[in-house]
Amino acid sequence: MKPRTKFLIGGALVLSVAGYLMASSIKDTGVYYMTPTELTAKLQADPSFVNAGVKVGARVVPGSVQRAAGGKEYAFRVTDGSHTFPVVYRGIAPDTFTDSVDVVVSGRMGTDGTFQATELLAKCASRYENAPQKYKDTPGYKAGARRA
Amino acid sequence: MILIGELSLWVALLMAAWSATVSYAGGALRRNDLVSSGVRGLYATFAMISLASVGLWTALLTKDFSLEYVASHISANMPAVYIFTAFWSGQAGSMLFWALILSMYGTIAIATSRSRNRELVPWATGTISAILLFFIATTCFKANPFGRLDFLPVDGRGMNPQLQNPGMAIHPPNLYLGYVATAIPFAFAIAALFSRRLDAEWLGVVRRWTLLSWFFLTIGIILGMWWAYVELGWGGYWAWDPVENSSFLPWLTNTAFLHSIMIQEKRGMLRKWNVVLVVVSFLLAIFGTFITRSGVIESVHSFAQSPVGTWFATFFFLATGITIYLVGTRLQDLEAKVELESMVSREAAFLYNNLVLVGIAFAVLWGTVFPILSEWATGNKITVGPPFFNTVNVPLGLLLLALTGIGPLIAWRRASVSNLKRQFAAPAAFSVVVAAVLFALGMHAVYALVAYALCGFVTGTIVQEFYKGVRARQTIHEESLIPAFVHLVGRNRRRYGGYIVHAGIVMLFAAFAGLAFKTENDVTLKTGETFDVRDPYGHQWRFISQGVSTSNRPDRDVIAVGLEMFRDGKRLGIITSEKRQYLDSQHQTLFQPITQVGIRSTAQLDTYVVLAGVRGNDVAELRVTFNPLVVWVWIGGFVMMIGGLIVMWPQAERRPAQAGYAATIRTPRAEAELPVGV
Repeated sequence: MKPRTKFLIGGALVLSVAGYLMASSIKDTGVYYMTPTELTAKLQADPSFVNAGVKVGARVVPGSVQRAAGGKEYAFRVTDGSHTFPVVYRGIAPDTFTDSVDVVVSGRMGTDGTFQATELLAKCASRYENAPQKYKDTPGYKAGARRA
Repeated sequence: MILIGELSLWVALLMAAWSATVSYAGGALRRNDLVSSGVRGLYATFAMISLASVGLWTALLTKDFSLEYVASHISANMPAVYIFTAFWSGQAGSMLFWALILSMYGTIAIATSRSRNRELVPWATGTISAILLFFIATTCFKANPFGRLDFLPVDGRGMNPQLQNPGMAIHPPNLYLGYVATAIPFAFAIAALFSRRLDAEWLGVVRRWTLLSWFFLTIGIILGMWWAYVELGWGGYWAWDPVENSSFLPWLTNTAFLHSIMIQEKRGMLRKWNVVLVVVSFLLAIFGTFITRSGVIESVHSFAQSPVGTWFATFFFLATGITIYLVGTRLQDLEAKVELESMVSREAAFLYNNLVLVGIAFAVLWGTVFPILSEWATGNKITVGPPFFNTVNVPLGLLLLALTGIGPLIAWRRASVSNLKRQFAAPAAFSVVVAAVLFALGMHAVYALVAYALCGFVTGTIVQEFYKGVRARQTIHEESLIPAFVHLVGRNRRRYGGYIVHAGIVMLFAAFAGLAFKTENDVTLKTGETFDVRDPYGHQWRFISQGVSTSNRPDRDVIAVGLEMFRDGKRLGIITSEKRQYLDSQHQTLFQPITQVGIRSTAQLDTYVVLAGVRGNDVAELRVTFNPLVVWVWIGGFVMMIGGLIVMWPQAERRPAQAGYAATIRTPRAEAELPVGV
């Protein structure tokens, strides 16, 4: 056999193992990423979906964040404008987690309609730029008023 | 000065457009006057972009809050150093910064290779200018840092305190320097394809600039990891976030190229592959910028969503299309003259190294864009997280580590049995000893054992190479140890600098394998309460809460908790973690509260304490993490940087031996064409 052929066989072997690992780990660990509306629709169509792990991207309803007496349990509501549901998360919340911030919660929807989150990521749209709201309160601010 | 800067930006736009047009025209029509004008246009673009940058820096340092960019990114009471770095901390400024680096790189690359690569200069200049044109146009029309507000705010909005960190001040420019440097090899590859001068002459420039890109990306990535570790408080340094991945992708393809180029230099193989790697590195850099700035992929690092996304997407597809066309029409010029002779050869080891590096890059890219792909294919957005990346990349990474040891030792062309025995006996024996000792000490995790065995193997190969080299010099030149070592490295910078980089890689892998033994403990402690726990090495730790204290500084309110630490009964001191709320001069809160992590680092173990929250007056919620070997990530990164510097040191480039390799492979076609005077 030519060395070139041998190399190609070896390479195909490496790549197929890598491909198999990729495919199987996507199957085992991939999770749906949904908005509250999509999750609600999916649950109505297929009630068994409660057992599937999902990630939900939504915004925390202002004023809804409650920290339980235990200190590390957070209860809050998330919304995408049309659908809202409660979330419970146990663990350490990131610094960026506050009212009305965009969050990504991972976990599953409980049968009682409360989302049990095992992971909480807070997106800080203002990570590099300070809260626009505060800026808009500056006297004289007009939305979109700028000159290039 | 600000006005001059703004005007200069628009002049630069015209200059770049001019330079791109006349350079390509000059190349196609073989008109030297046009080519010279194009080159001067590139230099002028650099001058104009520099003026524009001085203008923006002036606006920042004089705190001209009438500029929206200045008002959005700094406040009057910020330290001057972060006002200076605010230049690249926002979207618009970073676009200008990108153009500044690219025009500087382009000027240096063209000025230094004008006499050496005459055939390539028109096309390379045109391509650099065309890329510049894109960046400047995006800056001018979509992200202009000179945009003004129609009112004058009293103070700016300041910079996020998490970004006010020395690591964060220099992490982005390093990444930009690395990203942008991929444009120069790309431009020369495109030039070689256009002009069909696909012999070895373009490779010298390309290798130097790829090395520079690799060097800065390495520093940028390691600094980013360090910043995430000390500042963000989640106890890790790499989360496979899309933004992290997009900096890792061009690093992988750069690394692959820096290895495969050696095969082309020595053996004339892999000519198509090398062109593709060069081009792909640049396209990945652009693609990374696109996915992180456009908001198409969910990332914790969300930049403000902005219209530059569509511009980047358009540019990306345009560049990809042109490249595919160029490579496709020149395939026959890229045929290799030589075939692989044996599977047991350095060529084969390097080929597998490339396969694995590109395989990792593909897996990372696939995982990063999977949400988009799955949504297109099935209508459901499916995300993959760290488990996906680890499942795929751990075995590939270990294979790569093994090849790191094999590659440098195995002979070119065809290794003999005696070569294999002579070279591999000692490192292989060392590797077995390492694994046996760790197993006896109680380490039974399979991946970790394999990783440390391979770390031992690679370390053995590196030590053996240095030992043999030094011994040879000692014998031949009768030098003592230190001069022999210095001369050995100094005379063979590429080779021994490369080994030093490999030593850094070994340290990184040792640290990554240590992650398998990380432990986390969530604890609630009142003043005086104790928490007892064993670390991964089996030592008994005791933490005693010293209570919660609050203090008010001019710029921040602080809640702190201190823990007195004991290991095996011996007092180690106090470790402190804080929650800080930053304030402006009117005592208004700025940004969210941030956590100051308490870290005690040793070579073996990091003790990492995060204050999650405080209840009442004295109850602290804490997370105590034991992170084995983390410090070796930073040390390994530093060693890689030193190795990179040794390889890049210019003198090594002028060794005639290397020019000799380069001259061996010329295509008949390239020889048939007469060089054009520039």
